[in-house]
Amino acid sequence: MSSSPPVYSAQHVVAYDYRRSVGPVLGRFFTELRERRIVGNRTAAGRVLCPPMEHDPETSAATAPGFVEVGPGGAVTTWSWVARPRAKHPLAKPFAWALIRLDGADSALLHAVDAGSESRMRTGMRVRPRWRTETRGEIGDIECFEPEASA
Amino acid sequence: MSDGEPVKSIVTPTHLVYEYTATGAHAEFLHQIGQGRLVGQRCSECGKVYCPPSGACARCGVATSQWVDVADRGTVTTFCIVRVPSENIEQKLPYCAANILLDGSDLVFIALLQECEVADVRIGMRVEAVWRPRSEWSPTFENIRYFRPSGEPDVPIERLGAWV
Repeated sequence: MSSSPPVYSAQHVVAYDYRRSVGPVLGRFFTELRERRIVGNRTAAGRVLCPPMEHDPETSAATAPGFVEVGPGGAVTTWSWVARPRAKHPLAKPFAWALIRLDGADSALLHAVDAGSESRMRTGMRVRPRWRTETRGEIGDIECFEPEASA
Repeated sequence: MSDGEPVKSIVTPTHLVYEYTATGAHAEFLHQIGQGRLVGQRCSECGKVYCPPSGACARCGVATSQWVDVADRGTVTTFCIVRVPSENIEQKLPYCAANILLDGSDLVFIALLQECEVADVRIGMRVEAVWRPRSEWSPTFENIRYFRPSGEPDVPIERLGAWV
């Protein structure tokens, strides 16, 4: 066989647009997003989960029927700065991934925060959603969250 | 925007772009197929031939270094008739994807089977590679456009042993 084959290199793309059924609880969450409202639901113990869930993650018991509106503002509970966004990230400029506890909720939602710079990020900082002009019933209807102070 | 209908499903795109650089056995395999030859590697322990080779025998856990030629014809060990469209597949429906055991190899791989009715495809069917014109060859498995029936008599299912 050849003593030393040339170096072969190629770009590979693994991509699959997966359509997933969301069920009645997340279905309602996405339907409300389309109307620019954010809803959660309650566990048997009365905690408010946002995003809403079909089961209480602590007890596995079914959550209570019905939904409660939360937010739209909230507080960052933890965050991670993305200095070099990748092609499929929600923002083309540096941003933070953050867990955001919306007002009225006891759990946190993962989303992007457009703070401009890492130095503006703080655990506990107040943020509010920036909605897209056109909503489609998906998490991306919120383009990102932004610091309330810059409103 | 609101069409009033509750949201029942969402699209979650999975997308990974990466740069693949072939090394070792993969690089040699690509180099050879770029010149119209199929090669594999034989395991020094169990004697099985892997095409395409990975540089090691998954069964014995030993590195493989002995190169052997593998034919560009083989036998269908199993197959699937695809009737569902998919965005990135250009084939006309229905089409047949077959697992093919090349003569001289012990590893089946999946390939497109054309030039026959899907209803005529069967386990044991003999097939041969249809190559692209030599001027279009490059170091890729895509040099083989597809496989087609070779017209040889079927291999009896008993002789396909563990492959079926």
